[in-house]
Amino acid sequence: MNPRILAATTGRILRQLRHDRRTVALLIVVPTVLLALVYFMYVDQPTPRGQPTVFDRVALIMLGFFPFIIMFLVTSIAMLRERTTGTLERLLTTPLAKLDLLFGYGIAFGLAGVVQATVASAVAYWVFDLTTAGSIGLVIMIAAINAVLAVALGLFCSAFARTEFQAVQFMPVVVAPQLLLCGLFVPRGEMAGWLQAVSDVLPLSYAVEALQEVGAHADPTATMWRDVAIVAAAAVAALVLAAATLRRRSG
Amino acid sequence: MDDAVSVRDLVVERGRRRVLQGISCAVPRGTVTGLLGPSGSGKTTLMRAIVGVQRVSAGTVTVLGRPAGAADLRRRVGYLTQAPSVYADLTVRENARYFAALHGRDHAHADQTVADVGLAGAAGQLVGNLSGGQRSRASLACALVGDPELVVLDEPTVGQDPVLRADLWARFHAMAAAGTTLLVSSHVMDEAGRCDRLLLIRDGRLVADDTPAAVRASTGVTDLEEAFLRLIKASEQEASS
Repeated sequence: MNPRILAATTGRILRQLRHDRRTVALLIVVPTVLLALVYFMYVDQPTPRGQPTVFDRVALIMLGFFPFIIMFLVTSIAMLRERTTGTLERLLTTPLAKLDLLFGYGIAFGLAGVVQATVASAVAYWVFDLTTAGSIGLVIMIAAINAVLAVALGLFCSAFARTEFQAVQFMPVVVAPQLLLCGLFVPRGEMAGWLQAVSDVLPLSYAVEALQEVGAHADPTATMWRDVAIVAAAAVAALVLAAATLRRRSG
Repeated sequence: MDDAVSVRDLVVERGRRRVLQGISCAVPRGTVTGLLGPSGSGKTTLMRAIVGVQRVSAGTVTVLGRPAGAADLRRRVGYLTQAPSVYADLTVRENARYFAALHGRDHAHADQTVADVGLAGAAGQLVGNLSGGQRSRASLACALVGDPELVVLDEPTVGQDPVLRADLWARFHAMAAAGTTLLVSSHVMDEAGRCDRLLLIRDGRLVADDTPAAVRASTGVTDLEEAFLRLIKASEQEASS
């Protein structure tokens, strides 16, 4: 890796994003609209005494999910475009190292995820009155790590898609099981053993647990830090797998 | 070491098809060498093998004294793919500056290269909004911006207007005069006369490897298109007898 090339690559990806104003607008606005939707869905629902409201519970998890879903899709398509337009092959004939490209995507879309999560969190806390025991900063940090994980998975999955149609199909494949089994719908401890085992190997389960820790405790807990470390390690592992899919020579 | 590229008995298979059937040829340093042949003859495959992105079945490709695809060659070889491979959602200038940065060149150098390919007036436009010819020149700028010792250009003049085409060829010769080696493919025979040397391939085999003058002399015709027809006929007779 070369810091100059990594910086140039990160800047190039962010510049591409900047030229696409509508995408930037969607990245910022859509989470807010969906949070509003959830807020008004649950606003009249009774809350059992001593428990967080349904909105508090759901919105907190959603803040972690937005960057994950969106950055996964954006990255899969961006990387697929690099492959189909020939820019990837060209890049691999230059002094750029594979990790310069992969980390460039990780940093660029990770930053986009931070912006998205910051705006969404600000709206959730200050407009819709989201209440958590822990701080908004920790929520944004976890959302950012989710974004990087999503970029890494997107880079990896794009190697298995030949067309945009295929690439978007990986979204339900990668995202839906993690969403269903993360503990939002049924607490992980109450699932059948084999489902728990599946849930245990899905990185988003740990991201959700970390967010729930922030929701329940004023100070960051050891469990939260362990979960954050697991998600970060999964992101690094996915980046390494993605690097293995980049071949300088092809048939 | 006179040859920038030396290819020995190169065989490339794509799927079940043998695209290159044991080609041996050389590209002398500081020349403009034309790689000519009809569409599907294996020009692009040979260029990809030289740049080091093509998996080869047999034979060797030596580039600037190193095996093709060696890591240190990536800063010494520039490659223009046939389809313009630049970012459509960036401006011409942003594309050139990015590829310049990969080669450790500054913004001023990138802007100069954009001007050199005749795109100074369109530097601020998104590549996606350019005409096909302009897009191809934007891609060319990105191949030249690292000042490579060897430049491999796959059909760089397709879709360019005649004045620009003449400009580009003048630039290629100026680069060769300064010591750069250029390998330029074309399927247009009128460009063959502009090259210092010619490689003619057909169906994955080398039909001619000579200067334009020698090709004319050996076939006894002045028109290179006609000369190539005769060479192809002669090689087919040789193959069938």
